[in-house]
Amino acid sequence: MAAFLIRRLIGAVLVCLAVTFIVFIIFILVPGGGKRGTAERIAGKNATPELVTSVEHKWGFDRPIYVQYAKMIQQMFSNKLVSYTSQQNVLSQIVQGMPATFSLTIGAGIIWLSFGILVGVISAVTAGRLSDRVITVLALIGISMPVFWLGIVTRYYLAEGGVTTLFPDGEYVGILSNPLQWFWHLLLPWLVLAVLFIGFYGRVLRGNILDAINEDYVRTAKAKGLNPRRIMIKHVLRTSLIPIVTLFGLDFAGVLGGGAILTETVFDLHGVGQYAAQSINNFDLPPIMGVTMYGAFFIVVFSVLVDLFYAYLDPRIRPT
Amino acid sequence: MAQPATESQFTLDTAAELAAEEHGTQIRGRSPWYLAWRRLRRNKVALAFLVLFFLVLAACLLAPVYADHVAHTGQNTPHVLDTVDVNGQQVSVVSNGGFLNVHTGKSCETTGNTADCKLFSAIPIAPQWFNANGKFVLGADSIGRDVAVRLLYGGRVSLQVGIISSAICVVLAVILALLAGYFGGWIDFIITRFFDLFYAFPVVLLGIALGAALAINGVHWNLGLFKLNVNGGSIWIPTAVISYVLIPYVGRPLRGQVLSLREKEFIEAAIAQGASPLRIMFSELLPNVMSSVLVFFTLIIANNIVLEAALSFLGAGVQPPTPSWGTLISDGQDLIVTRPWLSLAPGIAIVLTVLSLNVFGDGLRDALDPRAKVRVEH
Repeated sequence: MAAFLIRRLIGAVLVCLAVTFIVFIIFILVPGGGKRGTAERIAGKNATPELVTSVEHKWGFDRPIYVQYAKMIQQMFSNKLVSYTSQQNVLSQIVQGMPATFSLTIGAGIIWLSFGILVGVISAVTAGRLSDRVITVLALIGISMPVFWLGIVTRYYLAEGGVTTLFPDGEYVGILSNPLQWFWHLLLPWLVLAVLFIGFYGRVLRGNILDAINEDYVRTAKAKGLNPRRIMIKHVLRTSLIPIVTLFGLDFAGVLGGGAILTETVFDLHGVGQYAAQSINNFDLPPIMGVTMYGAFFIVVFSVLVDLFYAYLDPRIRPT
Repeated sequence: MAQPATESQFTLDTAAELAAEEHGTQIRGRSPWYLAWRRLRRNKVALAFLVLFFLVLAACLLAPVYADHVAHTGQNTPHVLDTVDVNGQQVSVVSNGGFLNVHTGKSCETTGNTADCKLFSAIPIAPQWFNANGKFVLGADSIGRDVAVRLLYGGRVSLQVGIISSAICVVLAVILALLAGYFGGWIDFIITRFFDLFYAFPVVLLGIALGAALAINGVHWNLGLFKLNVNGGSIWIPTAVISYVLIPYVGRPLRGQVLSLREKEFIEAAIAQGASPLRIMFSELLPNVMSSVLVFFTLIIANNIVLEAALSFLGAGVQPPTPSWGTLISDGQDLIVTRPWLSLAPGIAIVLTVLSLNVFGDGLRDALDPRAKVRVEH
């Protein structure tokens, strides 16, 4: 186990290093434009020539590429990354947005996992019948809808300030200040974010279950005369759920590390994603750099944790 | 009647002759593609949705015809000060604002901000359907542009970005998968690590990062002989960004397929015949993964249309004033209380297009993968 842990950690550190290279390439190398152009981009839309010159010097755009990279890393890790448009420290803004992002993602994750499994099981058990067809159609419509559009439409039709007043109108309420309002304000965003994943998970699980039903061990269990419900839960569902858990780990980390950006923006939740979205509208690059890099780091760390959990559950994974 | 043949003379050709005379038909060679087509032909739902997709495509391609001959306006022509003839009455395209009920969108009798009534500065004309001789069928936006015209032109942009980016994505993913799967060793190692690395980024975030970085000033490279200048507003920027981010999602499963095909006897035979690696990759391995590539291509177009809309909605994709379904939703969001159709219409267009591609893609996979038959029969 210790060897596996060390190998996995070294791998994670290498990936994090590569992530910093990619952020450097995306934001500084690919757009090009020379030292002045790069500095203008980082300094923001309404920067004065003096500010551009100071950014050019501070980020080392007048120096060789490896110095530029080192300067970027230095700013990222010494908590000195600032937005030149709003003069705010990027990391502190990200930390401020974290409770909203975590609340949104965890709640939506619970909903999409439980409903995804429910939908998948129902449609597999009733495969070919009407309920299966209806679920399949709904799931396909669900995965075909852009999440932000669904958010805009449901907010308009279901939340305060629109046609009806079933739900409160967006905004995040801290869980500590008022847990009931926290739940009430997040319910609609949770459901909207979960819809796409429910459809997707339901379809994957349906396929897995229908594959598993054809396996020999299920036939054996049937031949032994076991109760069909017991076969479904103990034999079929158990194996069918493994890929779903893997998917959930990936998707959950992805949504947490930045995928929730659209839902947060539509419902005005003031999370990390909305911070990034606002920065895009202001053509303010440093916050986007920060969110991209920290988001990717988070996903790497999270995937290490998921792997460790797996290795703990299933010893066969360890040697690989 | 053909002479009854003795066993030694009986070949497949005589069998075909016999069959031809008995039923008046011929036995044709049936390629896997033909068999797949026969299966697909029976799947009426998938074909219906394919037709739907082509209808959307045709409507968007005919956008200039609609703009010139029905709506008589351009995609970016504002009509702030104009009036339009509605059933014989002159109605201004963008009327002065006023107090509107936020629940119904109708004007309030009282003035002053209350819980139900809010002040709106300018109110564009509502959807006229067919009352204004084809003008403003879906209404106008805040500066009086015809939304129906922009919806069709926006569809052209969205579909163009979606289809071209998917084509680039699939071609690059196939090349990488063939290289990794065929050569193995350190080439495989580097390519799989590259795929893994991009799994560490959330897709939307990676697209946003690239799109935002590039949209500000465009791309300007000047490396001696190689000069590249793309403006920030060019739709080639979102196309390139979107094509790039999904490569691992296609490349990884394809690499797995190539890896197992590579061990098959026919590849061994090709190597023994002295076929070059290029020949083996493109005329032996590629045809065997082609069915997967086709399915991926369909599903990735659907995915990329949504991704384009998301990036444009956030301001990191197609830049205004160029319309695309994503920018139209974003524009319509501000006016949703008074004119919900501004954001409903492009959203419905996306859902129909993406749904048609998803359903057809599923049907295509069932048709190309005979094992799927087992699954459906349950």
